[in-house]
Amino acid sequence: MSAITRAEVAHLARLARLDLAEDELDHYAEQLDVILTSVARVSEVAADDIPPTSHPVPLVNVTRPDEARPGLPRADALAAAPAVEDDRFRVPRILEEEE
Amino acid sequence: MSTPLERDLIRQSAATLAEAIAEGEVSAREVTQAHLDRIAEVDGDVHAFLHVDAEGALATADAVDASRAAGDALGPLAGVPLALKDILAMKGVPTTCGSKILEGWRPPYDATVVERLRAAGIPILGKTNMDEFAMGSSTEHSAYGPTRNPWDLDRIPGGSGGGSAAAIASFEAPLAIGTDTGGSIRQPAAVTGTVGVKPTYGGVSRYGLVALASSLDQAGPCTRTVMDAALLHAVIGGHDPRDSTSIPDPMPDVVAAAARADVRGMRIGLVRELTGEGYQAGVEQRFREAVEILEHLGAEVVEVSCPHFEYALGAYYLILPSECSSNLARFDGMRYGLRVGDDGNASVEEVMSLTREAGFGPEVKRRIMLGTYALYSGYYDAYYGQAQKVRTLIQRDFEAAFAQCDVLVSPTAPTTAFRIGEKVDDPLAMYLNDVATIPVNMAGNCAMSLPVGLAPEDGLPVGLQVMAPPMADDRLYLVGGALEGALRDRWGHLLIEEVPSL
Repeated sequence: MSAITRAEVAHLARLARLDLAEDELDHYAEQLDVILTSVARVSEVAADDIPPTSHPVPLVNVTRPDEARPGLPRADALAAAPAVEDDRFRVPRILEEEE
Repeated sequence: MSTPLERDLIRQSAATLAEAIAEGEVSAREVTQAHLDRIAEVDGDVHAFLHVDAEGALATADAVDASRAAGDALGPLAGVPLALKDILAMKGVPTTCGSKILEGWRPPYDATVVERLRAAGIPILGKTNMDEFAMGSSTEHSAYGPTRNPWDLDRIPGGSGGGSAAAIASFEAPLAIGTDTGGSIRQPAAVTGTVGVKPTYGGVSRYGLVALASSLDQAGPCTRTVMDAALLHAVIGGHDPRDSTSIPDPMPDVVAAAARADVRGMRIGLVRELTGEGYQAGVEQRFREAVEILEHLGAEVVEVSCPHFEYALGAYYLILPSECSSNLARFDGMRYGLRVGDDGNASVEEVMSLTREAGFGPEVKRRIMLGTYALYSGYYDAYYGQAQKVRTLIQRDFEAAFAQCDVLVSPTAPTTAFRIGEKVDDPLAMYLNDVATIPVNMAGNCAMSLPVGLAPEDGLPVGLQVMAPPMADDRLYLVGGALEGALRDRWGHLLIEEVPSL
């Protein structure tokens, strides 16, 4: 039984914002299936009563004094932008076209 | 008449070069220029560098020479040039992470590691090649073509930091910075006959280090000697208020440990699960011989078992993709980097999808989708949740082992360098290269790889890994320094001096 289908890979690609080509879907479906079947071995470990670890050192919130410091100048922030308009990042339309 | 030092500046250790610069035997400019000349001579074959910043490196060298002339005290590595992995932000210098999605991006700021290198007067020669966003074990997943192993140009230099390791092994630089998420400093060190250290998680600031998996990533030194690694470790390490996971406690004195280089009375644990099946015969042989030397030097060697290590690879390939699918969501083509398909009609989501499809290579896409899958609500408990529990069990295995031993040892990588192309489209075979290095990242420990000989069957370098508990980085240098010294006495030179000339 395969761990993942081609249709699931297409769905993953949509969620991950990857416009995969048809031949890539076939290729990744095969490879992700092999990888997932292998990594699924973690389920063999009896770990019901084991707490999860998300981080190697205990995470604590770190704060600093709220002192004003210079920020990144606007020109520097915009220098690497793919598109700029009126001193702002220009982005494609964010709403679907009206009916 | 020139002294041997002047004739062969590129073959000296960083410590020797720093001393010669401080004594005025040679200028920082001459040292930097010698390495730039070497890069021009051999990097066409090796391809360790994605960008060379000759102007910036020489300006730093000149500043060091001016400081010396003015009678200022110089730092311990002042004027000794370095190669920087292309995953650390360096102001005004291209930073690509080996990816097309960041081609031509020049960061508007310096990473903390870069700030500290600059403050130490270390000229930065350029940016080194890597697997795209540090995903890989061969540097073949770079969007800009593979780096080649100086021991055999048909073979891989390891990865993801193959560029940094190859720069060191081909005498293009005496110092380099790598980053290690699952072995990307140590495995390249092993297959190129060089030294690489993954410091304790939180020991070196991650500010300005482009994130792959934030709970695993750590920058560290790549060098040809253990002392050079300690000197560089001391420059880049220590608390940084800009990284919330940076450890505030003072770091151990790694330079003193490298100088002491003594294992007498230490208990060294040989990890049973990190030998045997899957390990090349010549790798095992050189590893066993090195362990015998450590015993001879006065260490007590015992075998220990870490039963959950066999699940580390599986847990890692769930945790890492989960973190990376989230971290790499920032590459959306809006504020910097590549943008594709913005025709004035396409929506922002369409442009993002076209940009990421065009900008990311196959391994990055594989891992992003794997992570997206592992974090699916329906599968979360079975995959990501279970992997996090395995992570706890790996930490407990380490705690139990370190209750009996001061350090643990294993081969760094199961094989010597393989041929370019051999595993590039077989993800599982590629992932197995990191089977011995991954447990350390999962637990946040520190570890070093150092060369212990050439495998008899193929004449390629073998690395031994030393592992120590968090914030016990000094133990790596005690063991590494002692073993390196004993091997140098036996061979009459360092292993790297046997590398074929390019």
